[in-house]
Amino acid sequence: MGHPIAFYTLSFLCVAGALGVVLARHPVYAVLNLVTALFALSGLFLLLNAPFVAMIQILIYAGAVLVLFLFVVMLLDLEPEHILRMKGKTLQLTGTLLGLFFLWQVVAAVRTLAPAAKNPQPITGTTEAIGRLLFTQYALPFEVASVLLLVGVIGAVVLAKKKL
Amino acid sequence: MITLNHYLILSAVLFTIGLLGVVTRRNVIMILLSLEILLSAASLSLVAFSMALGDYAGQMTVFFVMIVAAAEVTVGLAIALGLVRQAGKANADEVRDLKW
Repeated sequence: MGHPIAFYTLSFLCVAGALGVVLARHPVYAVLNLVTALFALSGLFLLLNAPFVAMIQILIYAGAVLVLFLFVVMLLDLEPEHILRMKGKTLQLTGTLLGLFFLWQVVAAVRTLAPAAKNPQPITGTTEAIGRLLFTQYALPFEVASVLLLVGVIGAVVLAKKKL
Repeated sequence: MITLNHYLILSAVLFTIGLLGVVTRRNVIMILLSLEILLSAASLSLVAFSMALGDYAGQMTVFFVMIVAAAEVTVGLAIALGLVRQAGKANADEVRDLKW
């Protein structure tokens, strides 16, 4: 499941980018950090033999979603958030404790996980394989997803109008 | 040797970071960005399970998660835009018009 050096490099980049998002004071830096994290994540998808998912991760997330984020952040001209306010400190302490407790629980759960099937048939998530499934077994969810996107577009147009 | 558990723990770490972002940041845009980290962490464990079990279902689910994320971001950013334009505030704590 991937070379150790590649895995550790990519996961370091990914975690560093995610931390950069959470800790950045200015939203523009946060968005740029998220680009790093998502590129590293798509590298991890490649290590997991899922080239199609890796490519749409870059195309949809880094290409479309984050550009949208950057546009909105620059349109709004937000001030840097004052993270280290008094009230913020209590909030951060509680949040960090809660987060560490959650992490401990999940890691404990992963450790007790039963080992997966010994010899699964190796799969490669190529465009052909995913596309074949998408138009046979997953045809109905695919159509429903297009309706969801239409609802999203209409919702965005209605919400962004000058006068609601 | 990198196993499934390595990917699951990495996914848990990413999910925790995203959760911290949602809980501690108060800017609406930052909360939406942290939600993206949460979704990506879940996607990573789905793809890892897909690889470990030799089943395409995990990768298909990631595909649909991305579609839902795109729809969520468009509507979420439109709401953020409306909040700043109409009420002039991007801080989630100050938006309490629905609170009775």
